[in-house]
Amino acid sequence: MHTSDAPPVAVAAEGVSHRYGATTALRECSFSVPAGAVVALLGRNGAGKSTLMRAIVGLLRPESGRVDVFGQPISAEVLPRVGYVAQQAPLYPMLTVAQTLRLGARLNPRWDDAYARRLVDAGALRPTAKVGSLAVGQRARLALAMALGKRPDLLVLDEPLASLDPVARTELLGALMAAVAERGTTVLISTHVVADVQDVCDHVVVLGDGRVRLTAAVEPALAEHRIAVGATSDLGALDGLEVVERRRDGREFTALVRTAAPGPDGVSWHRPTLEELLLGYLRAETPQPTREVSAA
Amino acid sequence: MIGFRIDRRSGTAVYAQLVQQVRQAVRTGRLVPGDRLPTAREVAERNGINPNTVLRAYRDLEVAGLVEPRQGSGTFVSQVLPRPQLDVTALRRELADWVDRAHAAGLDQTDIDALVADVSADRKDSHAHQ
Repeated sequence: MHTSDAPPVAVAAEGVSHRYGATTALRECSFSVPAGAVVALLGRNGAGKSTLMRAIVGLLRPESGRVDVFGQPISAEVLPRVGYVAQQAPLYPMLTVAQTLRLGARLNPRWDDAYARRLVDAGALRPTAKVGSLAVGQRARLALAMALGKRPDLLVLDEPLASLDPVARTELLGALMAAVAERGTTVLISTHVVADVQDVCDHVVVLGDGRVRLTAAVEPALAEHRIAVGATSDLGALDGLEVVERRRDGREFTALVRTAAPGPDGVSWHRPTLEELLLGYLRAETPQPTREVSAA
Repeated sequence: MIGFRIDRRSGTAVYAQLVQQVRQAVRTGRLVPGDRLPTAREVAERNGINPNTVLRAYRDLEVAGLVEPRQGSGTFVSQVLPRPQLDVTALRRELADWVDRAHAAGLDQTDIDALVADVSADRKDSHAHQ
């Protein structure tokens, strides 16, 4: 049911599972993304980020579960509203920058040529330069221009910042955030580097071992967790609390705890930074293997 | 126009850095009433940050009476920083007592800073939820 008060949903995943042969990539993944959100999809290498993104943009049909984009399964009807840049930003190396943009114009009914050119010009890309000769940051910018030139309502970017230097990274995020400011584009951006996305995302989805470990809006998630630091002899203070992750360092421990208020005395409590929160969920121990798995 | 500098290693939230920088610019006279702040889009593009973070900072500055949005033309500095109405001497004396007690309890400067920031954030949350 769609009520007028609730913000429209850009992506809704429900129980999505997928296997490659004997390897399980996604296990019962469910989450939803409100339209206009900037979502960081975080996970360590091999956590299932790329598989999940491919399922969202319709390049992979998951074994079970469903993904809706703007309220319907991905189809020729919704696809023009979705931009996707795969890992390593695949482009044709023998085409020039200008030829690449012309290709974009030919392939996309909603193509905004002036906008795509503006993005490319702002990155100081020569139209006659061959794509194969571009620096990594320039290639990433061209790939982003190709995706944004579609004027998508949903933009899915798989590790777009990997291998970019800090200047190129800020420029790319800047171009992306300008699109968000202008058009309210929903952005889903995957990474395994928390620092890369902490200034842009307002929602997070953390994947671990193919499962969704956390799906939340950033502000409430920060308010609902605390970091506890204390002596290992005081670990009992955490009894009965929902501990997400706990580490020992000599005689000290640090724990991420799901609680909206500081816990008992004897232990020092502080609000997590986004990085502390996400690292806690990324490091959280994988669940014990189930019998089903060991039997296989 | 003010150009924001975001320090990613400071540990201070981007939102708080924006608010602080406008306050400081107004306090030092670098921004005067009538000056326009950059748009959320401009700040987001130049610094690679979420435009909603900029809007949230501007909204807080507006509530504090420091800036005002004008329909269709942007956000403008509306007045010099209002001076605290209250005499701060009493607050300062109470805080000094409290800091003495914290030291006596074995808290160091970092513990005290963390505690103050945490309690402030909690109070802000509980006010927001009222």
